[in-house]
Amino acid sequence: MAKIIVVTSGKGGVGKTTTCAAFATGLAMRGYKTVVIDFDVGLRNLDLIMGCERRVVYDFINVINEEAKLAQALIKDKRIENLYILPASQTRDKDALSLEGVERVLDNLAKDFDFIVCDSPAGIERGAHLAMYFADSAIIVTNPEVSSVRDSDRILGILSSKSRRAEKGQSPPTEHLLLTRYSPTRVQSGEMLSVDDVREILAIPLLGVIPESQAVLRASNAGIPVIVDQESDAAQAYADAVGRFLGEKIPFRFINPDKKSFLKRLFGQKEKEYV
Amino acid sequence: MSLLDIFRSRKPNSANLAKERLQIIVSHERTRQLRGNTINLQELKQKLVSVISEYLHINEKEFSVQLQHDADHSVLEMNVTLPDSVET
Repeated sequence: MAKIIVVTSGKGGVGKTTTCAAFATGLAMRGYKTVVIDFDVGLRNLDLIMGCERRVVYDFINVINEEAKLAQALIKDKRIENLYILPASQTRDKDALSLEGVERVLDNLAKDFDFIVCDSPAGIERGAHLAMYFADSAIIVTNPEVSSVRDSDRILGILSSKSRRAEKGQSPPTEHLLLTRYSPTRVQSGEMLSVDDVREILAIPLLGVIPESQAVLRASNAGIPVIVDQESDAAQAYADAVGRFLGEKIPFRFINPDKKSFLKRLFGQKEKEYV
Repeated sequence: MSLLDIFRSRKPNSANLAKERLQIIVSHERTRQLRGNTINLQELKQKLVSVISEYLHINEKEFSVQLQHDADHSVLEMNVTLPDSVET
């Protein structure tokens, strides 16, 4: 029986799809049979981030409406064994997702896969609700920034009140905080909320901290999940988060500024950032 | 802290400001969410009336339920006017 993970945030543009792609790929790289589903009907993007946009024939809605079989819609990743993508529809409107339809597809996938990773759309509309409803675990992607933290808190409220687990009388979905676009130098100079600040406000366990990294844009340009670029800081941070999710004890990295050379310190050269 | 930073004007610590603002708004929204979603006052009143009516004859019009919120606590107030003679 598969474990269903939702990657959600409330706010848009914080790195949900990037995280989804990296996390699902990370699980598959460790040998778990994983499928990643795009719930953002009408605005699909997971296909681009996973680099399979030209191989989409059928989508999630086709499967729900029984216009295609699950096996026809699933796209097998070209690089990573055990990894499959179920893209969202680009054309239909978001009402095309039905609770029964989503449940049927997830139950079918659960027979074959170890992990089902759901990429939630931004907002608190139908797609976001459905992506959360069936989850066993939720990864809350948050930027160290006021509007993102507030929206994450709202999402946590919805998550605990509306889930299949809660309705079945099981324990509510487990919650995991993933802080993305983190800049240790800006935290040090008092311009950015720290990991501890965000943890204190949201009061959920920390799964990982992904540093602001040039590797993320490079990866999305190329359509390769950033975790594959194993030399990069973001990839290592995502790999650590995957390990922690699987129960390993891994110390946090990339939360303190790099030690600067004497010359850099003298001239106060700022870290390059693209915000 | 670099040599150049010393000559730059010190900016106030905006992260602390962000944290304070967030703590206030988040705690406010959490209590509102908790209060707004969980209690249906009308339904509560109906159920109370039906339970009390099993034991006492009361007039629904002379029965009131109120929920009041203060900064740190909530008060549920129930007022029943009993008929003149009550047999126990």
